[in-house]
Order: sequence, then C-alpha cells, then structure tokens
Amino acid sequence: MALPKVGEMTDDILKKQNVLPKKSWMEVKTTFEPGTYCYGEKAAPGEILDLPNPRDWDPAQDDWKLLPNWKETIQKGFQTRLERFRSLKLFMDICVRCGACADKCHFYIGTGDPKNMPVLRGELMRSVYRKENTVGGKLLGKLAGAREMTEDVLKEWYKYYYQCTECRRCSVFCPYGIDTAEITIHARELMHEAGVGINQITGPASNSFMTGNHLGLKPHAILNSVESLVEDIKSITGITVNPTFNRKGAEILFITPSADFFADPGIFTMMGYLLLFEHIGLDYTLSTYASEGGNFGLFTSHEMMKRLNSKIYTEAERLKVKWLLGGECGHMWRVVHQYMNTMTGPANFLEKPVSPVTGTKFSFADGTKFVHIAEFTADLIRHNTIKLDKARNDHRKITFHDSCNISRGMGMFEEPRYVINNVANHFFEMPEDTIREKTFCCGSGSGLNTNEYMETRLKGGFARAMAVKEVQEKNNVNLLTAICAIDRAAFPALLNYWNPGVETSGLHELVGNALVMNGEKARTVDLRGDDLAGSET
Amino acid sequence: MKIFSALTVVLILAAAAYVGVEIFGLYAIFGVVIPYFAFFTFAGGFVLKILSWAKSPTPFNITTTAGQQKSLKFIKNAPLENPSGVVGVAGRILLEVFFFRSLFRNTKTAMTKDNRPGYQSEKSLWLGGLVFHWSFFYIFIRHLRFFTYPVPGFVSSMETIDRLFQIGLPGLYLTDIFLLLSVTFLFFRRVAIPQIKYMSLLADYFPLFLIAAIGFSGIAMRYFVRTDVMGIKNMTMGLISFKPVIINDTGSLFYIHLFLVSSLFLYFPFSKLMHAGGIFMSPTRNLAGNSRKKRHINPWNYPVKTHSYEEYENDFRDAMRGAGLPLENPGSDVSGHGKQEGKE
Repeated sequence: MALPKVGEMTDDILKKQNVLPKKSWMEVKTTFEPGTYCYGEKAAPGEILDLPNPRDWDPAQDDWKLLPNWKETIQKGFQTRLERFRSLKLFMDICVRCGACADKCHFYIGTGDPKNMPVLRGELMRSVYRKENTVGGKLLGKLAGAREMTEDVLKEWYKYYYQCTECRRCSVFCPYGIDTAEITIHARELMHEAGVGINQITGPASNSFMTGNHLGLKPHAILNSVESLVEDIKSITGITVNPTFNRKGAEILFITPSADFFADPGIFTMMGYLLLFEHIGLDYTLSTYASEGGNFGLFTSHEMMKRLNSKIYTEAERLKVKWLLGGECGHMWRVVHQYMNTMTGPANFLEKPVSPVTGTKFSFADGTKFVHIAEFTADLIRHNTIKLDKARNDHRKITFHDSCNISRGMGMFEEPRYVINNVANHFFEMPEDTIREKTFCCGSGSGLNTNEYMETRLKGGFARAMAVKEVQEKNNVNLLTAICAIDRAAFPALLNYWNPGVETSGLHELVGNALVMNGEKARTVDLRGDDLAGSET
Repeated sequence: MKIFSALTVVLILAAAAYVGVEIFGLYAIFGVVIPYFAFFTFAGGFVLKILSWAKSPTPFNITTTAGQQKSLKFIKNAPLENPSGVVGVAGRILLEVFFFRSLFRNTKTAMTKDNRPGYQSEKSLWLGGLVFHWSFFYIFIRHLRFFTYPVPGFVSSMETIDRLFQIGLPGLYLTDIFLLLSVTFLFFRRVAIPQIKYMSLLADYFPLFLIAAIGFSGIAMRYFVRTDVMGIKNMTMGLISFKPVIINDTGSLFYIHLFLVSSLFLYFPFSKLMHAGGIFMSPTRNLAGNSRKKRHINPWNYPVKTHSYEEYENDFRDAMRGAGLPLENPGSDVSGHGKQEGKE
C-alpha cells in the first residue's frame, strides 16, 4: 500500500485537529481501513504458545471467528485482574476526567481521534467496568457512562489498545498517576484470553519462546551473523574481537535485543559492544538460548512476559556467571526494572555486580544483578579507563531520543547523555517538552512496528519527528541516537519519511567509533562504513 | 443532555428538601435522619472503598519514573520525581496532595504556524483546581464553629482571616468567593473545551452543580436570607453530641443546604470523588523506584510453562554441535566438535 505524500499526510493531520464526531463516542462504530489496524495473529504462533482459539483471522472481516464464550471469558478475566491488581481497580475508579492527559498522547496529536485521548482510551474499559461493578452503572447504564461488553466494544478495544504504545507520557501529567499503559496492558491481556491478538506481537513472542529470540534465529544463525560482524570490525579497525557463546564460567552474561545481532542499524551498536568488551578485556559470554533481551510477552500478558523472561536467570545460573550486563533496549529494561526480580527472582545464585575494570559496586542493581550497558560505560569513562577519540564522531550532529521505557519505566536520563558527551563533540537536545520524562514515543513501540500499520505509525511518530525537525533545522542534526531496539527498527522509516537526512544509531555505535583500540589501524570510516570527517580530503 | 440532567437532579434535590419541610413538615427526616444516614454512609463507604482497593495487592513495582534514577555516585538523581526510598515517596505524595504537582507540569499542545505541535505551559487547571480544593477545605474547617463549643482558637482565627477585607456586613468570606469562582471555572472549562466536553459524563457535571448549589445556599443564608444562627448551632451541636434537637424556624434554606451537603456525603463514596482517598494508593506514585535493588514481592506469583534449556538443546542439538557450541548432553555424536574457540 502506497503511503500518502508528506504534504498530504501533514494536511490530513492538521485537518483532523480539534474535529470531533457529532455522535457520542459510544455510538461511533469502529472501522478497519488499511493502514489503521494491525493484522490479527495467525494460528501457528498461537498454537506454540498455547493461546486460546488459535486461528487465522482478519480484523477487517465482520466475522472474527470468536469462541462462543468469549464474552464470559473477558468478564471473568476482568474480575480476576481487579482482584490481582490494585492499579487496575484504582484506575477504573478514580479518574475525574480533568483532561490533563488528553493532548499528551502522540497518537492523539497525530490522528486527532478523540478515542486516542488517554482519558477516553481509559473510558473504553471503564465503561465496561461500571456496567458490572458499580451501582450507578448497573442502574443508569449509558447515563452513568456504562455499557455492555459487546463485539463492537471488542473491536473498538482492538483498534485503540493497539493505538497506544504503553509509553506512559500521560501518566506523568495525571494528578493521580493513572497510567494508561497499565490499562492498555490489561485490555490486551483480556483480549488475548479471548483469542484476540496481533501477529506482530504473537509471532515474535512464539519465536522467542522456541528459539530464544524474536527473530527466530537458530543457534548457528546467531553465530554466523556475529561472525560477520567480527569480520567487519576486523576490516574497519584491524582488530580481531573474540565473542564467545554459551560459555560456562564467564564472569558476565551479556543480554541484548536480538535485533542487534542481525538488523541494521542495531548491528553497528553490536559492533560497538564487541569493541568495548575487547578494549577492557571483559570476561563475558553471549547466549544463544537467552538470545533476546526484549520481551514481547510484556505486550501480551504478565504470564507470557514471565514465560519469556525466565530464560535469562535460568541461563545465568546454568552458565555460572557472576552477574548480568544488558544492552540497549527499551522494553527489556522496563521488564528488568518493573517485573524481572519479582517474577523470576530472586537470583541468589548470582553475585552483587561489581565492575571488574573500575571496582565500582553497582549497588543500585544488587537485587536484579543486572546492569545497563550505559551505566557500565558511563562508569568506565568516569574512571578514565577507556581511550576515546571524540573527533571520530565529528561527521555526526547528534540528538538523543529518550526511549519511553528507559525514561518513564526505568528513570535513566543522564547516563546516556554523559556517554554521548564523552564520545562525540556535537550533541544537541530537542525541545524541552519533548525530551526526558516528557519524551515522545517513536510511534511504533509495544509491538506495533509492523509494516501494514505504517501510516498510523508515521502519524504516531509525528510529534517526535517534528521535534527532530527543530534540531535538524537549527543545528543541522543528522543522527538520532537511541538506546532502544524498537527505536532502531522504527526510526529509519519514520525519519526517512518526515526528516530525510537524519539517520538512526545506538549509543554504543558512537562509543565504538570513538574507542581507540590497542594496535588498531588508522580508521577512515566509521562502523557503518561512512567516511569520517576530514578523511575524504 | 448530561449537563441538563445533572442540573435537574440538583434542583430536584433542593426542591425535595423545601417541599419536605415546608409542605410536609418532615423536619426530623431532613434535619436528623438523613444527615446521620449520609454521614455514616460516607464514613463507612469511604473506609470500605479504601479497604476494597487495599484488598487487591500491588504485584509489581510500576512507579512512574519521571526523573533520574539513583544510580552511579557522580550522577545526580531526582529524589521527588523518582524517589529511591520512603522519604522521597512521602514527599512526592504530599506534594501531589497539597500542591497538585503533576498538574503543575501541564502543557497545552497546539499546532504552530510551522504546522508542528507546539507546547505551552498551561496552569489554569492547576490553579483553578488548587483554589477549589483549598477553599472547600478551608470552608469545611470554618464550619467546625457549628460543631464545637467552645469554638477552638484556630477556627476563630481562620474565620477572622477569611473576613480580612471586611467587605459588607456580615463580613464577606473570601473563600466563599473563591469556591464559587473556581467551581464556575471548572464547569466552564468542561463545556468550553470541546474535547473535554466530548468525554465528560453526567458524573462530572453533577458534583460541580451540587457543590455550587451548596455554596449558593450557604452564602444566601449568610448574606441574603435572615437565618437563625443560634437555632442552627443548637441543631448542629445536637447532631454532633447524638442528642438531636429539631428547630423548625431556622428557615427552609438551612434545610436545603443541609440536605445538599447530605447528598454530597451520600454520593461521595460511590463516585469519582473517591480520588481523595485513591491518590494515596496510586502505585505509580507511592512506590520507590528501587526495584532493581530491592525485590518487590508479588503475593500471587505462580509458576508458568517455559521452554527450558534442556528442551532447547534437544530442539537444536545438531545445529549447536555443528556450530561448535558447548552442549550439556552431547548425545550420540561425540566427534570433538563441542570445543569452542575464544577465551577460557
């Protein structure tokens, strides 16, 4: 499907600002035009993951091939979740609809659709809650904002809970901290119980379950692709790095999103990690079994998240490593921060993480025994333990995108900035209301990075892209750096559309460029083979 | 429609009190039975609602990290936006409760002339909300003069401060004006911003009208309609000391005021007004961002089906052997492939 031209898309976005349907939102029927919905999950991944009602189906068709008891399943599941999660119960009860969140959502800004206002996105679920759980809702129905769960409601949920990237920007502004991500997580979980999910999430989740990673890379394929990165490193730097796999007794198990093994531009970040580890002589191993940092279970259900996440500690225990180091990934770190130790810990077989190079105790990670690579590298730089040549990133005018999960789901803002400022000379911040805790999502997070959804993703990423445009025009920014694999997958398309000329990189690609390795040859190109500043003359 | 319905309900409530006492003489019902019923429903309902929330656990630490985590020593953390312990959490909650800190951040998004979203600080909701809640609270405390004898010094002082400008006789309470202005603002904001109006419910208009009507009836009693203050005090003291007396010549306006307040109390625990209690329990605000250090416990954490390493090796043994990966169980083909190059 051809995408609209930039001018057309902009006009469309502008035209839809502040336009509301005449009908009440409960009366507006959900439609599924191409580009505005994700494809339904296929039978195969559903079968692998024992999901209910695995089948091939098409959301655009009237018949979703639901099981006859789908409604009872959702109703029962809803009650179970109200008993298990105070967050859900509270967020169903206490919203006053003040509307502070309304214009904070990137999908609302990009589509103008009122059901993308977080407050109304919440109402999609609260209305069903009221019908079954409140006196007013039972007696007054629609007048009290209550309605029955019907197939139309399910279709509405499907569309709008997959038009939320669980980025939590709204929750920063909510006076009660109501987190729409939490509501979306539960809505998706309930839909999954009724056999309704999207293929872009269930597919990778089933791959991750079976092969250990989203891409479904089998052990030898991982080795082959890392081997080719080793060769690239050799030809660019003259250095031979020696990554090992599934090696018992290594000090550290390094976990990173599988896209870093295989997909451009994540591979350049992977090259950065490998160079760094070689530079400091780190005793580490990679794993083919736990070859995925990301966790599409987070976008499926708490249970699925745990099923996938458990591999990491299991593998750490099997390999008898001391602690875990984690690569650049957004939702991986949300899982580590919010869920991992609770779900699959305690990891008492590991040791409290200490940097073997600087001796720094990472006491803030004493529970999970899991340190983020940006924390690790910032500490190395602080102790002057690595040799860097900032000028090797001089051909880049860099801006930094705070990934939603890293910022609002973990709270890491300064470490990556500290690293950038020490490996590059030209760093520019985007406007204040679009960075740090107010950062805008790439528009493709939480498993929405699928091709059939491109038009909606481009609209969802509009707010982010326009902030990039500011620094592109003002500071000639030509590189957006992000510490998230979904960012690295989504931004090339988004920026190519809205901000041609701006490329996407990970943080450790910049580190890898700047690292002065012992015995390296004079570098003329960076890790992706682009000429360094001044080298062409 | 929703606005009209909400207003109608409030007017019916006021009319019911008027008719009840003026036509049917139900002084005991409106002056004693309903206030007691409302108060105990409120108190009981409030506690039960809190308990019902408390009954559901907080299985995961999902605090919103709106500031730098406490990590490396040389990096400054944000103790309130991302608290690392109890003190920070208390500070975060108290600032939310008393000063609406998150709302203070509010911005308005609008397209600029460059056809891009622009963000401007937008503090009117914060200010309007703050004035509304503080005025309401102040007036509530001030009303203690009807329920205490002797009246505590701080209540009298608050009253004096409230009349500071000595406008009119009896002296005009500033908080009365603030309450009416802010409740009016909150109403107009709700209808003037199309998006807010679009998603507003009857349950959003009703409390605004009800509180406005309570304010108007209270102010009318003080400034416009002669009311027997001593008689009212006898009644309120009777209520508070559980020796209710009925004074039937305080004027029906008092009964309307009392009935509207009773309605608010009755409605409170079943409505969005419970945000007053809920804010303290919000897991995105009342948990410290220390989950990587300290293990958060999920009381219902249950075992799940996983794909174990053993199963993985069984699935891919040949491929792993071929690639020279070490195996736990080399199987039949022990050809010496299992050795891997690299560091030992």
